[in-house]
Amino acid sequence: MEYLYSAIIILVTILLAVPLGRYVSKVFKGEKTFLDFFEPIEKLIFKISGINPHAEMDWKQNLRSLLTINLVWFIWIMFVLLTQTWHPFWNPDNILSMEPTQAFNTAVSFVTNTNLQHYSGETGASYFSQLLALVFLQFVSAGTGIAALALLFKGLANRSTRNLGNFYFHLVRACTRILLPLSIVLAVVLLLNQTPMTFKGSETIVTLQGDTVSVARGPVAAMVAIKQLGTNGGGFFGPNSTHPFENPNGITNAAETSAIMLIPIAMVFALGYYLNRKKLAYVIMAVMTAGYLMLLIPTILQETGGNPMITQMGITQPQGSMEGKEARFGPVLSALWSISTTVTSNGSVNSMHDSFTALSGAFQMMGMQLNAFYGGVGVGFINMFIFMIIAVFISGLMVGRTPEFLGKKIEVREVKIAILVALLHPLLILGGTALASHTWMITENPGEVLKWLNNPGFHGFSEMLYEFTSSAANNGSGFEGLGDNTAFWNISTGIVMLLGRYIPIIGPIMIAGLLSQKKYIPESAGTLKLDSGMFGVMLFAVILIVGALLFIPALVLGPVSEYLTI
Amino acid sequence: MIKNLKSSLILTVILILMFGVIYPLGIYTIGLVFPSNSVGSPIVKDEQIIGFENIGQSFTDDKYFWGRPSAVGYNAASTGGSNKGPTNPDYLAEVQARIDTFLVHNPWVKKEEIPSDLVTAPGSGIDPNISPNSAYIQVKRIAAVRNLPEAQIKALVDSSIENTVMGMPVINVLKLNLKLDELK
Repeated sequence: MEYLYSAIIILVTILLAVPLGRYVSKVFKGEKTFLDFFEPIEKLIFKISGINPHAEMDWKQNLRSLLTINLVWFIWIMFVLLTQTWHPFWNPDNILSMEPTQAFNTAVSFVTNTNLQHYSGETGASYFSQLLALVFLQFVSAGTGIAALALLFKGLANRSTRNLGNFYFHLVRACTRILLPLSIVLAVVLLLNQTPMTFKGSETIVTLQGDTVSVARGPVAAMVAIKQLGTNGGGFFGPNSTHPFENPNGITNAAETSAIMLIPIAMVFALGYYLNRKKLAYVIMAVMTAGYLMLLIPTILQETGGNPMITQMGITQPQGSMEGKEARFGPVLSALWSISTTVTSNGSVNSMHDSFTALSGAFQMMGMQLNAFYGGVGVGFINMFIFMIIAVFISGLMVGRTPEFLGKKIEVREVKIAILVALLHPLLILGGTALASHTWMITENPGEVLKWLNNPGFHGFSEMLYEFTSSAANNGSGFEGLGDNTAFWNISTGIVMLLGRYIPIIGPIMIAGLLSQKKYIPESAGTLKLDSGMFGVMLFAVILIVGALLFIPALVLGPVSEYLTI
Repeated sequence: MIKNLKSSLILTVILILMFGVIYPLGIYTIGLVFPSNSVGSPIVKDEQIIGFENIGQSFTDDKYFWGRPSAVGYNAASTGGSNKGPTNPDYLAEVQARIDTFLVHNPWVKKEEIPSDLVTAPGSGIDPNISPNSAYIQVKRIAAVRNLPEAQIKALVDSSIENTVMGMPVINVLKLNLKLDELK
C-alpha cells in the first residue's frame, strides 16, 4: 500500500502544480487573479513604506534592494535571538538567550532559507522567536527566492531593455499571493489532524506508569505549514516532522510531503506559461523528474531491505530499516520524504537521515549536491537555469555555432558567470569538509576534545560531508548526530550558507540583466531547439558531468566505503 | 541608498506584523474551532491530564504493552532520535541488548519473530505507536502477568489496530494500555 501512497503523493503534487504554475505566472505578470482582494492591503503596504512598486529597476538596483532588505532581516533576527531572556511575552517556558555564534548561525540559516538548526526548538527558542523571527523569515526568505525568479523570468522574456521589474513588488506579492494562502490551507489540514496551535506552555503530566514528564507544545501548525511550503524546513521541535505533534498521521505526512515539492514544481510550469513555451517546461520537468526518480527508487529499495547488520543478529526485517523512523510512516514513506526534502533544499525530515542505511545517505547527499531537481522555491529553477546555460554553451561548441538561449546570444561573460556559480557549490562543500576533516586530524584525541562525531569511521566522515553539503545547498537537514553547536561549525557553516545563497542569486540575475539588453534573434534552422528531447538528454548529461562527478570521490570516502565494509 | 534602507526598514516592520503576528494569530483563531486538537489532544481522566494521544509514554512494566525504545527516554520536553549510523558498533551492541532484554521478558518468543520496530529507536523519541505484530508478540506475556485469557488480550489488540489513510497500520500503545487497565 505504501508504494501506492507514494505514487499518489507524487502524481497529485504534479497535478496541483500545473494550475498553480499558471497562477504564479499571472502573479509575476501582475495580471488579474481571484485573490485580488489583497490588492488594497498591498497598496497600503507600499504606500507606508514609500515604495513605488511599479518603478522600473535594472538588475543592479534590484540586487541592491534584495541584499539591503536581507541585511535588515539578519540584524532583526540576531537581535531577537540574543535577547530571548527578556522577551516580554510568548515565552511561557522561560527560554534563555542564544549563545552568540549559535545566534549567528541561526540568523544566517533562516535569512538564507536554509533552516539548519543548531538549536533545538523546544529548549532553544521562545514562542516569540519562533513566530516573530523564524516564521516571519520562513515567509520572506522564500519570498526572496520567488522574487528573484520573477526577475529572471522577466530578463528572459525581455527584448533590448534593462528593466527587470521591481523586486519589492514581487517580494510582497510572493508572500501575500502565493505563500500565505497555501500556508493557511495546509495549516487547517494540520489542525484538523491534531497538530497543536496553542500559546500554553509545556504541560507536566504523570504517565500511566507513574513517571512525571513535561510535554513541550506550542504554536506548531502555523510554523509547520510555511516550513514545508517555503522549502524552509526548520521545524518547531528538534526532531522536525518526526515529532508526532508536527506530523501526527498519514494524512498530515502526505500533505506535508506534497507541500515540499509543490511550489518548486509549479515554478517550472510557471516558466512555460510566462514565456509561452510549454514544451520547454515539459522538457525541464522531465529532466528534473528523471533525476528525482533516479535517487528515490534506490533509496526506497535500500530502506525496505533493512539494515544488513541487524539481519546478521538474527532479526528478520520485513518492516525494513526502522532506526530513526516512525512506526506510522515506515521505510517507504520515510525514503520518499528524505529524497523529496533533499532535492528541493527543504531540509525538513520525517525520519533521521543519520540512521538511514549507508547508500541512502549517498543519495540524499547527491540530491543536495546537484540541487536542481525541482530545487528550492525560486532558487531551484535558478540553479537549473545555470545548468541550462552551460548545456547550451557546450552544445554550441559541439556544432560550432554561437550558442543561443531563447533567442539571445550567449557570450563570454554569461558563460563565465554560469561556470563560476556552478563551481562554487563543490568548492564550498569539498573545501568545508576538507577543513573540518583537517581540524579533526590535527587535534589530539579529537573524540574527547572536539566531540563532533556521533559515529566512528566512514560514517563520521559522512556526518561532516553532509553538514557542509546541506549548508551550501541551503537545505538545512543534517546527519544530526554531528555535535554541530560549536563555534567551529556555527561560524564555518554560517559563512558557507551565505555564499551558497547569495552568489547563486547574484550570478543568474546578472546573466538575466545582460540577456535582457540583447537583441532578439529569431530561431532559424540551425538554432538548437531547447524544447526537444535532445536538449533534455544534453541537459541531464551536463548536470551529471558538471554537477555530480566532482562529488563522487568524497561520496566514495563516506557512504560508499561504509556500504562496502558491511 | 538612505531611502532604500528606510523603505526596507518600514517594509520589514509591516511584514513582521503580517507574518509573525497576524498570520499565527489567525491560525490560532481557526484552531479554537478544534479546542482539543489545538492544545495537543490531551487524554483526561478524573479531570487530570494523564497523557496526550500522540505523545508516546515509557512502558517498562511487564503488565503493559511496551512501546519502542527511545533515545531520549520518552522525554517529551527534549525529543530526538539516536542518530546512530547503521554500522556503528556501539549502536549494534545496544540493539543486541534490547533483543536480549525482550527475550528475557518474553521467553516463549523466537528471536527471528521480533519485529524490527521493537528494537530500534524512532526519530522523535516519543513515537506513540508500534506495528500490530509488535503488539501480538507481547500478548502471551500480558495474559500471563494479568491472569487473563490470551484470546481476550488478542481481541483487544485486534480492535486497536488503526488503519490510517496514507500511513502504515499501527497501534497506539498508550490507548491500548488504558483499555488494558479497564479489562476485568
